[in-house]
Amino acid sequence: MSNNINNTERFHSIVETVIERHRHRPGALLPVLHDIQEALGFIPSATVGQIAGGLNLSRAEVHGVISFYHDFRYAPGPQVRICMGEACQSMGSAALLSQATEILGDGVEPVYCLGNCACAPNIDISHAYHGRMSQEKLASLLAREVAA
Amino acid sequence: MNITVYVSRDSGALAVGAEAVANAILAQAAERGITVDLVRNGSRGLYWLEPLVEVETAEGRVAYGPVDRDDVPGLFEADFLHGGAHPLAQGLTEEIPYLKAQQRLTFRRVGITDPLSLDDYRAYEGYRGLTQALEMTPAEIVAAVTESGLRGRGGAAFPTGIKWNTVLEAVGEPKYIVCNADEGDSGTFSDRMVMEGDPYLLIEGMAIAGLAVGAEQGYIYLRSEYPHAEAILNEAIARAGAAGYLGDNLRGSGKRFHLEVRRAAGAYVCGEETALLESLEGKRGQVRAKPPLPAIKGLFQRPTVVNNVISLASVPAILDKGPAFYRDYGMGRSRGTLPIQLTGNIRRGGLVELGFGVSLKELLYDYGGGTASGRPIKAVQVGGPLGAYLPAEQFDIPLDYEAFIAAQGTVGHGGIVVFDDTADMAHMARHAMAFCAVESCGKCTPCRIGSTRGVELLDRIIAERDKGTDSAQVTLLRELCDTLLNGSLCALGGMTPFPVLSALEHFPADFGLVAETAHA
Ligand SMILES: Cc1cc2nc3c(=O)[nH]c(=O)nc-3n(C[C@H](O)[C@H](O)[C@H](O)COP(=O)(O)O)c2cc1C
Ligand code: SF4
Ligand code: FES
Repeated sequence: MSNNINNTERFHSIVETVIERHRHRPGALLPVLHDIQEALGFIPSATVGQIAGGLNLSRAEVHGVISFYHDFRYAPGPQVRICMGEACQSMGSAALLSQATEILGDGVEPVYCLGNCACAPNIDISHAYHGRMSQEKLASLLAREVAA
Repeated sequence: MNITVYVSRDSGALAVGAEAVANAILAQAAERGITVDLVRNGSRGLYWLEPLVEVETAEGRVAYGPVDRDDVPGLFEADFLHGGAHPLAQGLTEEIPYLKAQQRLTFRRVGITDPLSLDDYRAYEGYRGLTQALEMTPAEIVAAVTESGLRGRGGAAFPTGIKWNTVLEAVGEPKYIVCNADEGDSGTFSDRMVMEGDPYLLIEGMAIAGLAVGAEQGYIYLRSEYPHAEAILNEAIARAGAAGYLGDNLRGSGKRFHLEVRRAAGAYVCGEETALLESLEGKRGQVRAKPPLPAIKGLFQRPTVVNNVISLASVPAILDKGPAFYRDYGMGRSRGTLPIQLTGNIRRGGLVELGFGVSLKELLYDYGGGTASGRPIKAVQVGGPLGAYLPAEQFDIPLDYEAFIAAQGTVGHGGIVVFDDTADMAHMARHAMAFCAVESCGKCTPCRIGSTRGVELLDRIIAERDKGTDSAQVTLLRELCDTLLNGSLCALGGMTPFPVLSALEHFPADFGLVAETAHA
């Protein structure tokens, strides 16, 4: 319980700092959401009202933006993303996605193009991209880099 | 004199281990008491050779690749620092046929210079275009770009000079320059290579655009999948500002231009220019109805140039060398060069910049060397996820906007994705519908809901195809494609039928059809 209160306070003070950093900028909402997510790993739903108030928007507007974009989330995102763009599919990324899903379940998501299509297939583990992926390399990367 | 060694900092090279190779080279050199100057350049675009290591010699740069960190001690043993023989040696970089045969105008510096060095940039003709532009009137700059024949490289191929002229003549202050760096198409990375490998080129192009239309503020809307590009751009913007190439007094001219990078948030549709503007304004990325054009009412309802990275990066050379120089490359109404990206199942994937007119066959076999798997090529998709799938019978088509339209395809941003004969084209058609469903901005019913219907139809076709597909399902799929073609506000819904129908047309067997029923 006291942990929750601490978290709530921490969230609010971080959000306040972030809003202060960007509020003067035109179209500040996306930069604000990115910074909050970078600091906390997600956007706590309890901060939507604070964000709205700080930027002179309605809660509905802020929620609308968070839910529209794939990047923004109310809960921590997956640690592993497998590229399912066409170039990576042509090199067998579908098998990588099944392999990773079998091991990590919800901790994996597809992504559509990491911009390294000449070295397909590509994956993203904790914001580091790995190209020319194979099932063997994926198995050892997951064993090494991903917390079970 | 120290020996200079180059290892790329391009994120494509990093994804295949360039950082570990760079560190291994420094460690080995230290161990052997040798001092090397390690330059982290952009990528040459020879991605099958990445991580590529180059060494400066009296004859020119000598290349080794693809280098694994474990190869590094062996390279030292082979005296690679003096161009020594080694199984990974590729000879002089500039003599590698893939590179030598290219016409690199926009990419002339990428992979050669240190991306953040302004000295390097100027030593290789950088900022000569801006210097010219500062001596010209806005109308003269616009005229030069119009005369060059440059058309937008983001997909729609609209003449850049005409767009700039509309913004120049539009009433309303302030005006904006927006660079579309959302590069969402699978099979493309040329924007990224420029931003990571030659960021001042984009900065210079945007400053020229600002002078041309009277805009003092620019934004680069950059996809969030490109964190390295973001860091390099921000550093380059700071350095360009400190040196007077951005800011309140461009090279002492009294003219202003400010630039800012804005990170996108992972929505493919935000590459569409009006959705992009909504997103820059901090809103959901929903497509706006046109008119009004962004050139008249764009960002914050002000006149706005929206251009792709490569379009803007093509401009400095046009001003420096003159419109005729640029226009002399290409064919028909497609003038200049196109940075083509060879990707997917291809032996030599990479960046090939050539004048328009090169055939797919030359690109796929002479440059690309066929598939990576060694199997026959079954199909290529040109122009991103909304581009058509083309079979081998169509590989004589030249890279030319009009020729691709005639073949019911699109050149798009110049990405080519190769599939070998194990590819399941019904599955790829399903993927196109599923992608549309995931990425739809939600404004039009056919795109939002029809695409999910399309996925269901294709699931049924795929499930039944071994027993022979019911042609009624195919008729429904075609009708749905018609609805998407005619009932969509933007090309996401409007072009999703291209990959679907081309797959059906050229690969009927994958849909459980014999050739005639597919055409019926
Ligand atoms: C769904 C969709 C996605 C698009 N994605 C991009 C993109 O990622 N990058 C881009 O430059 N243009 C993209 N475009 C094209 C833009 O709408 C616009 O035509 C382009 O930015 C104009 O710049 P240009 O004339 O320099 O090509 C996309 C269009 C659509 C319909
Ligand atoms: S076609 Fe799709 S993405 Fe384009 S405006 Fe309509 S709903 Fe939005
Ligand atoms: S399709 Fe996977 S990196 Fe582009």
